[in-house]
Amino acid sequence: MTKQIRQLDRVVIRFAGDSGDGMQLTGDRFTSETAQLGNDISTLPNFPAEIRAPAGTLPGVSSFQVHFADYDILTPGDAPNVLVAMNPAALKANLVDLPRGADIIVNTDEFTKRNLAKVGYASSPLDDDTLAGYAVHPVALTSMTIGALAELDVSKKDAERAKNMFALGLLSWMYSRPYESTLRFLERKFAKRPELVAANIAAFKAGWNFGETTEDFAVRYEIKPAKMPAGTYRNITGNAALSLGIVAAGVRSGLPVFLGAYPITPASDILHELSKHKRFGVTTMQAEDEIAAIGAALGASYGGALGVTTTSGPGVALKSETISLAVALELPLVIVDVQRAGPSTGMPTKTEQADLNMALFGRHGEAPVAVIAPKSPSDCFHAALEAARIALTYRTPVILLSDNYVANGSEPWLLPDVASLPDLRVEFATAPNGEDGTTFLPYLRDPQTLARPWAIPGTAGLEHRIGGLEKADKTGDISYDPANHDFMVRTRAARIEAIPVPDLEVEDPDGDARMLVLGWGSTYGPIGAACRALRQRGLPVAQAHLRHLAPMPANLGAVLRSYDRVVIPEMNLGQLAQVIRGRYLVDAIAYNQVRGLPFTAAELETMLEEVLKNV
Amino acid sequence: MSEPIALKLTAKDFKSDQEVRWCPGCGDYAILAAVQQFMPELNIARENTVFVSGIGCSSRFPYYMNTYGMHSIHGRAPAIATGLSVSRPDLSVWVVTGDGDALSIGGNHLIHALRRNVNLKILLFNNRIYGLTKGQYSPTSEVGKITKSTPVGSADAPFNPLSLALGAEATFVGRTIDSDRKHLQSVLRAAAEHEGSAFVEIYQNCNIFNDGAFEQLKDPGTRDDYLIRLEHGQPITFGKDGQYCVVHPPRGFGLEVRETAATPAEEIVVHDATVADPAYAFALSRLPGFDLRNTPIGVFRSVRRPSYDSVVQEQLAEAKAKVTETPEQQLAGLLGSGDTWTIS
Repeated sequence: MTKQIRQLDRVVIRFAGDSGDGMQLTGDRFTSETAQLGNDISTLPNFPAEIRAPAGTLPGVSSFQVHFADYDILTPGDAPNVLVAMNPAALKANLVDLPRGADIIVNTDEFTKRNLAKVGYASSPLDDDTLAGYAVHPVALTSMTIGALAELDVSKKDAERAKNMFALGLLSWMYSRPYESTLRFLERKFAKRPELVAANIAAFKAGWNFGETTEDFAVRYEIKPAKMPAGTYRNITGNAALSLGIVAAGVRSGLPVFLGAYPITPASDILHELSKHKRFGVTTMQAEDEIAAIGAALGASYGGALGVTTTSGPGVALKSETISLAVALELPLVIVDVQRAGPSTGMPTKTEQADLNMALFGRHGEAPVAVIAPKSPSDCFHAALEAARIALTYRTPVILLSDNYVANGSEPWLLPDVASLPDLRVEFATAPNGEDGTTFLPYLRDPQTLARPWAIPGTAGLEHRIGGLEKADKTGDISYDPANHDFMVRTRAARIEAIPVPDLEVEDPDGDARMLVLGWGSTYGPIGAACRALRQRGLPVAQAHLRHLAPMPANLGAVLRSYDRVVIPEMNLGQLAQVIRGRYLVDAIAYNQVRGLPFTAAELETMLEEVLKNV
Repeated sequence: MSEPIALKLTAKDFKSDQEVRWCPGCGDYAILAAVQQFMPELNIARENTVFVSGIGCSSRFPYYMNTYGMHSIHGRAPAIATGLSVSRPDLSVWVVTGDGDALSIGGNHLIHALRRNVNLKILLFNNRIYGLTKGQYSPTSEVGKITKSTPVGSADAPFNPLSLALGAEATFVGRTIDSDRKHLQSVLRAAAEHEGSAFVEIYQNCNIFNDGAFEQLKDPGTRDDYLIRLEHGQPITFGKDGQYCVVHPPRGFGLEVRETAATPAEEIVVHDATVADPAYAFALSRLPGFDLRNTPIGVFRSVRRPSYDSVVQEQLAEAKAKVTETPEQQLAGLLGSGDTWTIS
């Protein structure tokens, strides 16, 4: 049977199932196949904090959304065009996001009376009018998988577990994905159990062949490669990119990297990744608690390493006292906060931007630090390098504010040429710097950077003591002198404010916008997509995105004042907006959501259009 | 290997230019002088020695040592020193802490440094009181202690620091007294020679808020009857005339003190700090009561176990040994690993 082939410019697919159904893996593989084809991609995993919530229940639903297109895209997509629902819970939990007309592929084998009852379906939605208006494709995924593996030497349980590969095979056929990388992946993953390699490959092929032969799927789709800059690409998550950025910072500075970390969602993957890179001189230490993690990192920095600690909001709260010590000691330190929904344990696997206030202000005393936020998964690489650059050059703690959305989301990354990465080499102090030629003054500053010398233990003649007590200017001796304290507090503030950061760039293609949308961090994608959509409809709107939150770009005030309206969308209750209003006396409009999910481009578009009416 | 060069340092070399600001009569002066006098013996260059402290009276110690030093934050010195020691195995890293710093706010870091066996020499100045905050009871104060924060007596049971350290898998545990310079230096010597964490409790007098806390151990009239001086390979006897001894009763779990005259010589325990089972050192640590009778001093335990530092360094060395490329080449390879595709 010859199938019709239809061209599409973009598709959003959501794989949804039980936590144990392997949906993250399925989504990852589909993404990888799609990357091979040269489409632009953006992904959004969404999973519960529980490792295995009760099977078949709504809290146990795990999903993975992938958006791919033949042009450059900015978000994982507002709403899926296709939902793969592996059980009734997955259908029920995701149906609300599905626009009418969308395709739904359901695993009918799981629509048993018991499973339906678990999620409160009185009758099967496959039989009543719940799914009216959708293109429903009922597929007996589980039984067909088991049937396809009947000849193989695997248990029924293992056969049943391969059903995600059947689904992947079917979707790969539908969207004409190349599957060689998936076959290779399965061979690697199950290298020690050849029978599982055979089973999973057989399930994948059964799914592919089912698509080809069944009449239910009459159309096959193609999405042409996107026009992207030439070069070598890989698909990368924010946490992976951030880890590589830290390794790169070690290479480019020539310093050993020391990571102190305590396991915490969603930052643990950075610890896992960095623990693999000992050959680069990266030491990782899983500390006894968050405080020890940063303490050990600071101790390593004192000894001449690039000290790094990675955590999420609750961990930053615990590290706060040590960050203040690092401010007083004026040593390099990178603190990574992969933000999650708070307060307290909050929603550990959901995203939020509500740690900005804590990063900027959450310490005792006047304790300024530099703060940087990446705007997308691949940008985490460059943001980590930038954080290290500032920490090393200006001898200061730097907080890198990632969040769950960029950390676990993925996109294609144009691999940088290593030689083009910033040169982060530092010079340790080697000789006395006092006027008499013999004295060492640990707090004598470089007039350019206002950084003090980094004199590491082991350097003869520079023995000195540092600590949390206020220090006298230049000598670093303990000082309770009022004027000295006033001077030191102001100097610590001034040296952060004086760090040169690039000017804020404004995207306003026609140059006639009177409204500016200002964002920071992971909202870049949805804000950008909303602004594009408005411009396509002839509505002028300017977009600017803050990467440096402390210090802020020097031109920010001028940019803000050059627009009639400034709108600041944030996944918090208006933290940046408050800073902007306080610092620049600009009557910015705060648009806020804290639902644990990224903004959709559509809701931002609607909101911005409303604001535009009054500009 | 060539002979190490004799540095010919003196106590004076280890004195910093900072004015010492402890209360007159504080036991910390005696410890500082003993340490400064002892350090040259190690023949370690001043620049390779680092003192890290937390917060409290004792934690001012690094300011007075002309080495590298960091006066950090309350309780966190073992954590900070761990990062330093692990990443700089060439350094001799010492932690100076107190009973509040190490056992209260910093208890977690202390036990984890000990169980990891980080190559730190940890000196705990125990004066059984909070001095710097002006006289609150500490986690080593006796039950019923009347202080500013416990006007009718403290309700808390105290820690026995040595028992705690042994429970935390410490490989070296010792105790000494501020006023006995010779003994203090002998324990420091053993601690310095130990690879891994060495935990030394130093009984230290706070003459302002807890004066005389260890008086019976210092008074020439009582000390010989109160103190048990542990010496490796020697039967444990004590008292002015050696009239007491330590035995392991057949059906008991621990150790007990007996009259030497009434005890067959072969029943007297011969001290061996290298016993693998920490139960022995633990039993020694349980001998004294809060009246300070039967207080052992000296090296309780000194056993060999690879330090955390050495294991971490070995893993790094092993990984680096396989590298044939430059760091930049390695990095380019790492960035381009996994599934990649090329757009021309």
